[in-house]
Amino acid sequence: MNRGTIRPKPQAISIDPKVAVNLSVNGETVSAEVSVRMLLSDFLRHELGLTGTHVGCEHGVCGACTVIIDGVAARSCLTFAVQAEGTNVRTIESVADDDGSLHPLQEAFRNCHALQCGYCTPGMIMNILSNLESDMPMDLSEEGIRVMLSGNLCRCTGYQNIVAAVRQAADALASR
Amino acid sequence: MKPPLFEYRAPRSLKDAIALLAGDSGAMVLAGGQSLIPALNMRLASPSRLVDIQHIEGLKGISVQDGRIVVKAMTRHRQLELSEAAHRANPLIREAMAHVAHVPIRNRGTVVGSLCHADAAAEMPMVLLATDGSVVAEGPRGRREIAAEDFFQFHMTTTREPDEIITEARFSVLPAGAGWAFEEFTRRHGDYAIAAVAAIVDRTSGHVSLAACGISSRPVRLRQSEEIIAKGGLVPDVLKAAGEAAKEAVTAPDDMHASTDYRRHLLAGLVRRAVEKAASRTK
Ligand SMILES: Cc1cc2nc3c(=O)[nH]c(=O)nc-3n(C[C@H](O)[C@H](O)[C@H](O)COP(=O)(O)OP(=O)(O)OC[C@H]3O[C@@H](n4cnc5c(N)ncnc54)[C@H](O)[C@@H]3O)c2cc1C
Ligand code: FES
Ligand code: FES
Repeated sequence: MNRGTIRPKPQAISIDPKVAVNLSVNGETVSAEVSVRMLLSDFLRHELGLTGTHVGCEHGVCGACTVIIDGVAARSCLTFAVQAEGTNVRTIESVADDDGSLHPLQEAFRNCHALQCGYCTPGMIMNILSNLESDMPMDLSEEGIRVMLSGNLCRCTGYQNIVAAVRQAADALASR
Repeated sequence: MKPPLFEYRAPRSLKDAIALLAGDSGAMVLAGGQSLIPALNMRLASPSRLVDIQHIEGLKGISVQDGRIVVKAMTRHRQLELSEAAHRANPLIREAMAHVAHVPIRNRGTVVGSLCHADAAAEMPMVLLATDGSVVAEGPRGRREIAAEDFFQFHMTTTREPDEIITEARFSVLPAGAGWAFEEFTRRHGDYAIAAVAAIVDRTSGHVSLAACGISSRPVRLRQSEEIIAKGGLVPDVLKAAGEAAKEAVTAPDDMHASTDYRRHLLAGLVRRAVEKAASRTK
């Protein structure tokens, strides 16, 4: 029986045009040459090793890839790395303190059991954090919180505990 | 899901952007990317060149002048939604924008991008139509203003030429004392409309403006319903008749979200509700 010939894997040749990008990621200046079609989500994960940013759907629906760009929440899967030129990007890795102590929002998620598998959590946290940190007052009614979370899908928790965590975090931050 | 190869250009001037667009028949404009990048990720689009317009200074900002709210091409959805000047000039805009996707998408997506994308169920094309708005196109042959009524042709199709850039959208200011309303039906918050209606009611002039989306291959003005109300007045029987008349505008075939009949039924109700609400807000 002819099982075919085993051939060495051909050398990967990238024909992608590369461009330089300069941006700040979690407070550090990053300069890199990237393929123009590289998504910011892939840039963070594959080039910078920041794998806390998760990728679910790659078309903007699930919210797992949400990061903060120049102070506002955005989908890293719907942004090319080159479009982030000159911006300030923050990912989940920047949220806890350097000594590992959790942010009040992360504490609230833990206390309220607001995560199970954790796949959606980084995107949830970055979206909620952008709201907690903005100057705009937050609508902490049940409906208001649910609207805020409407762009982040969770397949595990049923959202109840995430809603509770948002409220607990907002209270904790207000009383600080 | 990774985007196909393309050449990326990020010009600093409108002139360069137009030249780059005209110089490659497969070129496309990249604004906020919130419709185009999903299409690229799913390989539904494969432009040979992307012209990123985000660094062009003249394409930013919102101004209210001569009865118009001028929204430049790189204005993000969220900027228009939060603009106090725009809200004072026409509160219909903020009310409708809360229904466009979710905040993280509105933070990057642009209003003009949404108009150019021209999804038949998108809210902002309908608002432009309801306010008798227009867009300004600039290309190698110069500059032209296109009325909303002439701009939207078909689902994802406008009268913009491939080498033209839409530099701004112009929404009309709400007439003094007029009432407004936006009514939408979706299954989940942030989805495109299964059906939505925008209404403006001006008791002083007797003028009623009604537009709908999600029900046809493009956003539509409900002229027949407008006339019925203009003739009969803002009374329950007339509003009911106006809702019934709107059913004729529904041409969307049955899809996974709703049947044609269901959309007709929805639209009649939304029209009635929107006009009632707008009338209650008149001064
Ligand atoms: C999960 C999700 C949910 C969404 N839900 C809704 C919704 O409920 N309602 C809704 O209305 N939209 C919705 N959207 C789409 C969103 O509103 C997009 O932001 C908008 O449609 C496109 O704007 P953009 O700036 O991102 O354009 P891009 O994605 O950059 O471009 C879109 C198209 O317009 C062209 N274009 C853009 N700007 C110009 C210009 N100035 N001149 C000429 N051509 C131009 C591009 O070439 C491209 O063909 C949703 C998107 C996602 C990902
Ligand atoms: S991976 Fe970006 S929204 Fe799902
Ligand atoms: S915790 Fe599993 S998806 Fe949200």
